[in-house]
Amino acid sequence: MSLLHRLRRSPFWPMLWKEFIQMRRDRLTFGMVTLFPAIQLVLFGYAIQTDVRNLPTVVLDDSRTTESRLLVQTLANTDVFRIIGEVPDRAAMQDAIESGRANAALVIPPEYARQIAAGATARAQLIVDAADPQSSGAALSGAQLAAQARGVAITAARLGGPLDPPVDLRVRPWYNPAQRSAVFIVPGVIGILLTLTMTLITSTAIVRERERGTLEQLIVTPIDKTSLMLGKVVPFILVGYIQMSVVLGLGWLIFDIPLRGSLVLLYLLTSAFIVASLGVGLLISTLARSQSQAMQMSFFFLLPNILLSGYIFPRAAMPEPAQWVGLLLPLTYFLQVLRGILLKGVGIEHVWRNSLWLAVFAVILLTISVRRFSKTIE
Amino acid sequence: MTATPGATPGATPSATAVKTVGLRKTFGPITAVEGLDLTIRRGEVFGLLGPNGSGKTTTIRMLCGLLPPSAGGATVVGFDVATESEEIRRSIGYMSQRYGLYDDLTVDENLRFYSTIYGLYGEARSERLERHLADLGLAERRHQLAGTLSGGWKQRLALACATAHQPEMLFLDEPTAGVDPAARRAFWESIYAMARGGTTVLVTTHYMDEAERCERLAFLSRGHLIGVGTPAEITTQFNQPTIEDVFIALQAADEARV
Repeated sequence: MSLLHRLRRSPFWPMLWKEFIQMRRDRLTFGMVTLFPAIQLVLFGYAIQTDVRNLPTVVLDDSRTTESRLLVQTLANTDVFRIIGEVPDRAAMQDAIESGRANAALVIPPEYARQIAAGATARAQLIVDAADPQSSGAALSGAQLAAQARGVAITAARLGGPLDPPVDLRVRPWYNPAQRSAVFIVPGVIGILLTLTMTLITSTAIVRERERGTLEQLIVTPIDKTSLMLGKVVPFILVGYIQMSVVLGLGWLIFDIPLRGSLVLLYLLTSAFIVASLGVGLLISTLARSQSQAMQMSFFFLLPNILLSGYIFPRAAMPEPAQWVGLLLPLTYFLQVLRGILLKGVGIEHVWRNSLWLAVFAVILLTISVRRFSKTIE
Repeated sequence: MTATPGATPGATPSATAVKTVGLRKTFGPITAVEGLDLTIRRGEVFGLLGPNGSGKTTTIRMLCGLLPPSAGGATVVGFDVATESEEIRRSIGYMSQRYGLYDDLTVDENLRFYSTIYGLYGEARSERLERHLADLGLAERRHQLAGTLSGGWKQRLALACATAHQPEMLFLDEPTAGVDPAARRAFWESIYAMARGGTTVLVTTHYMDEAERCERLAFLSRGHLIGVGTPAEITTQFNQPTIEDVFIALQAADEARV
């Protein structure tokens, strides 16, 4: 028999055909394929805001002068702070922060305006609820910005003309000039979504056959392990691409996510990531004895993906061991590919290394799973 | 024993379909089958009897290559279960207690799926499937989902799926559990028809009337073979009026021994 003939008669094809029919008849899976990505996108895209804005702030102004009002105004202009009101004394200020009504408080002492008039350094205080380091970091830079602005304005007034600063360091935020979280998060949603659904549906699909007794029937047939497992998972590649397209389309429509690079390249490289994720699902299916076990393992796998891949938290800021663990996750590499192509518009010359790693993951995971799968029922 | 792929029927045209020698299976500390010596002749309808947990299903699973034996050996249609399980899979049909049907596929689709897995294609497949559907009376229900069939129809469909590739040997594990008497009779008629066509059948059962329909019987109790022969030989040998009495007496005796 020629190779082509053997390929055409491979039991892979009936397996594939059966999976497609079953997928079409399973409304739950179909809903998961289309609705789930949309819901996830909206949830993550709107909810995850790592840029801190509008910190509720109270003012304790004991100076009550034009100068003190100008300082309050400058602070409010930074967008980081939102002045929610004045408080009469320190006790009231403390109460505002302790109750959570305010995250920050500006305290201006009585001598503030006098010190400015005398040409001395005027002192004021900004108290921040630093229990959340992200907010306090933003408050810090916001306050510095405001102080600087006031300082320049006051010095300029004293010198009686506009002031040219000796050093002017301008920050240019490339790729995401408005610094919107959604631009960063939405491409990641594609990766997280594919990780979850590919591992989950693959692992449960095989375990389901085991539970229903059809796997026992299948393994007394002459079907080979490779055809059985590939026929089972190849339809999910299509599912993965549908999900990705839903998120990309909605991300572009709702969140105005840039699509700078080549979509063809992105879709091509994504196949390696999808297959790697299917491989994880297959591996889980050879370990789990029931569908609920398979689900638990899939979610257990998802957690480090959310935390360590760079999906939300920058990997560079992590302690080294956490970075090493991140290197074991296909998503870590895929995120680089996704953000590189979508946000920076780079080509294969900058993402080939990450893509190669994805291909390595795919091959290793598939090989281990097929090896581990045994055509016996022990 | 050498096997040439695709050779039919079997590698050795001998009169023996199944031969086990000292076949044994343990699951941890539990011995499911112990020292089983059994010979089944080609074209025979052979019954495996025994109470729950006596090792019937384990024996069938070992013979089908689903479970590797812990000790001893067996050949099925001339192939060794330990080393030639893929050749065995090509030559046998297997119907488990759970039927192994896809509830979300139609009658037609289930049949098509299993027969294609067994390498049936094109005209040959269509012809075979049409005949099968007609023989088993499934033609009118061909577009019905398997999950919506009643027990008797499911059983017929499972038999059709297990035999679409015309296996030399058929293993049936409690095929008639939970099926009404009329369906059971029809089922046995199909079994006899296949045996007349040369197929060897190994069937496990709880029903004594079915046991009496077998040409030869083997009794298992707690993993041991405690009696083999035709129904008449067995009733004479053990001096009991019916197979059911033999069953109860043998089981009581075997349990008393330990």
